[in-house]
Amino acid sequence: MDHFFEKYPLKKPGDLIPLLQDIQEETGYLTDEIIGKVSEHLHIPANRVYGVATFYDQFRFKPRGRYHIRVCRGTSCYLCSSSSYLKEIEKLLKIQCGTVSRDKKFSLEAVSCMGGCSQSPVIRINTTYYHHLSIADLSGIIRSLKEKTE
Amino acid sequence: MPEQDISGNKAFLIDKIIRNYSGIFDNLTAGRVAMIRRDKVTRPVIFIGTGTCGIISGASATLIRVKNYISDNNLSADIIEVGCNGYCSAEPVLDVQLPGKARISFRNVTDDKAADVLDAVFHHSLQPGQALGQYRQTGLEEWPGVPLMEQIPWFSQQQRHILKNAGIISPASIDEYIARGGYKSLFKSVLNYPADKICEIIEQSGLRGRGGGGFPTGKKWKVALDTAGDQKFMICNADESDPGAFMDRAMIETDPHRVIEGLAIAAYAIGASQAVIYVRSDYENPLVILETAISQAKDYGLLGENIFGSGFSLSMNVRQGAGAFVCGEETALITSLEGKRGLPISKPPYPAEKGLWGQPTVINNVETLANVPGILEHGPLWFKSTGTQSSKGTKLFSVAGKSVSTGFIEVPMGITFSSIINDIAGGVKDGKTLKAAQLGGPSGVCIPPAQLDTPLDYEALADIGAALGLGGLVILDEKTCMVNLARYFMDFLRNESCGKCIPCREGTSKMLDILDSITKRPKEESTHETLERFKGVVQMESLAEVIRDTSLCGLGKNAPNPVLSSLKWFREEFEEHIFDRRCAAGVCHDLRKFYIDVDLCNGCNICQKKCPEIAIVGTLKTPHFIIESKCTGCGICLEACKFSAIYFK
Repeated sequence: MDHFFEKYPLKKPGDLIPLLQDIQEETGYLTDEIIGKVSEHLHIPANRVYGVATFYDQFRFKPRGRYHIRVCRGTSCYLCSSSSYLKEIEKLLKIQCGTVSRDKKFSLEAVSCMGGCSQSPVIRINTTYYHHLSIADLSGIIRSLKEKTE
Repeated sequence: MPEQDISGNKAFLIDKIIRNYSGIFDNLTAGRVAMIRRDKVTRPVIFIGTGTCGIISGASATLIRVKNYISDNNLSADIIEVGCNGYCSAEPVLDVQLPGKARISFRNVTDDKAADVLDAVFHHSLQPGQALGQYRQTGLEEWPGVPLMEQIPWFSQQQRHILKNAGIISPASIDEYIARGGYKSLFKSVLNYPADKICEIIEQSGLRGRGGGGFPTGKKWKVALDTAGDQKFMICNADESDPGAFMDRAMIETDPHRVIEGLAIAAYAIGASQAVIYVRSDYENPLVILETAISQAKDYGLLGENIFGSGFSLSMNVRQGAGAFVCGEETALITSLEGKRGLPISKPPYPAEKGLWGQPTVINNVETLANVPGILEHGPLWFKSTGTQSSKGTKLFSVAGKSVSTGFIEVPMGITFSSIINDIAGGVKDGKTLKAAQLGGPSGVCIPPAQLDTPLDYEALADIGAALGLGGLVILDEKTCMVNLARYFMDFLRNESCGKCIPCREGTSKMLDILDSITKRPKEESTHETLERFKGVVQMESLAEVIRDTSLCGLGKNAPNPVLSSLKWFREEFEEHIFDRRCAAGVCHDLRKFYIDVDLCNGCNICQKKCPEIAIVGTLKTPHFIIESKCTGCGICLEACKFSAIYFK
């Protein structure tokens, strides 16, 4: 953890969010242990650190799946019925939006606008974007990921 | 990648271009500027739009294909990644500039089309209509039969001041921005004008905040300048979280230095030595672009200690937001920067008097700041010459939804929405009819077709209940259910309400419940009488007033807007949902009533097996029947039926 703390030697209260962002960037998610250490370093009570971390959507307390699927729920994507895409994925993977599959392979998230409103509906799997997909295309992609073993 | 000799251009650009007051160059300088601007190229240059919209459309694959094409054909050419030119539905956009020829632009160049397009350009064998357009460049040979970019409907009505570099220059190159007149205004400001003079110029120009409130920018700066403080802060609000709006993202991705220059001038005008750009965390690409741009500006001595020897120092940082919609509100943004939960604080005192760490702080939107360099370059009168009596200049809009063309545009104030929708965006897609235009996302309003001739003006829009600052324009066609849309926005707001004040926290959740009861069908209808639903709507109206009057921040105050405007203009649709339990657009799935066509049904029994409610009866090989009281309208039978025998009303 020390290499994160070195970046914020002044221990200003304003450093809290960037510090948590840096840590999550590397670890993928936050744990109680991390919250404790951050609280010690910045001299901020752990309950406040936890309060901040749970307030913002960006911070997670669970790891993501190997394939993290993001379905846009922006206005434009909503008009192109992105919710039916979301339902289809939920059905295919048998997981709820916001959860991780049991084998830790997939996680699903509905995100607010990704800024690709001209290409709706937009779905992102890890770093790859998919746009203008049909539901059948989507099922094909998910199935092929499901069968993939690494 | 750009093969520029950065160290070589640096001194030249600073001494000969930025520091050149007259703007008149000798031939040698002009030649070198033309090279940097790429008005003159010695070998082919290929430009690919790799903004977020480009990447989503597949620009990365196109880029790889283009690189392969060049190496396979042993060509010597440069590939430059540019931002989006605004015509997002044409992405991936690929431009080519051959030596001596005007820059030509192609639309929708996915990787499979890249080779054909490049073949056509390099062999001069363009098919008619293959190219999107070409840029007007004096002294260069035009492509025959290719329209000029400004003649294309998408661009012809636009007036591009802050977007003039969009899609043309590389956002990763400070040189190109300077060669096109960039950072001159900053130089002029810090050396020629005292801070109060700049506030005055901005006030004279009539620039008003583009982030929602529409407060005169010059006045805001003046307040901060006149308030004593040990350390003032200047913040650029790029936490654009309205779903359906992407102008700020586009602005940063296409021309980041314009925003940085505007922010630096603003910081000088209010006497701040620290500037922060608060960017939404989901905007990964803009974050990277800004970081690069700031480090370039520092390297060129345009930020940092003692800028141009004027004694003015400025440090600029990028802060990544953490994904809370409410942080777009200025006081919530400040608490977030202070490392707390992003909860808004009641105003006054306004941030300009007491903001970040209790110090005078000015927060301006990306678009507002991007206007600043232009005003200082051409003067307040130039800025004033565009627009209406009370609203000056131009406005960025992102156009999305069901229009033929989508993307972001810059139009003069005073233009009508019908002109934007019909002339620029080409009307509604697939020959459908326009139902409404949604302006401003969850805090915005729905504008019915009858009101679309409203001119774009702060006051005129306030009359129809909209705020101009929010530039997300979503085009809705006849297939949109206004009740469901209102429910969608309320669901968004319920999720994003920070929970500090009760009217917003409880009110949005209550309104969502009421909308749910209208758009969904409960299992037991008897406890949900029509009268109850009707009462719900009446309650919703009074609840909306309470939320509007008693909420703490703008998010809460505007939360009822989408519902109220839908109720105002589309009341009959609400009534249809409540009394007839029917959604004409077929969007509210729960309200669908399913029937089986006895002529088409051959009694295969599949629907009966799949129905989770056991609502379908019938014996094998005879037409089946749906029991209406048991059916929940899930639509599983519709998907299961292979003979299209199931339909809904």
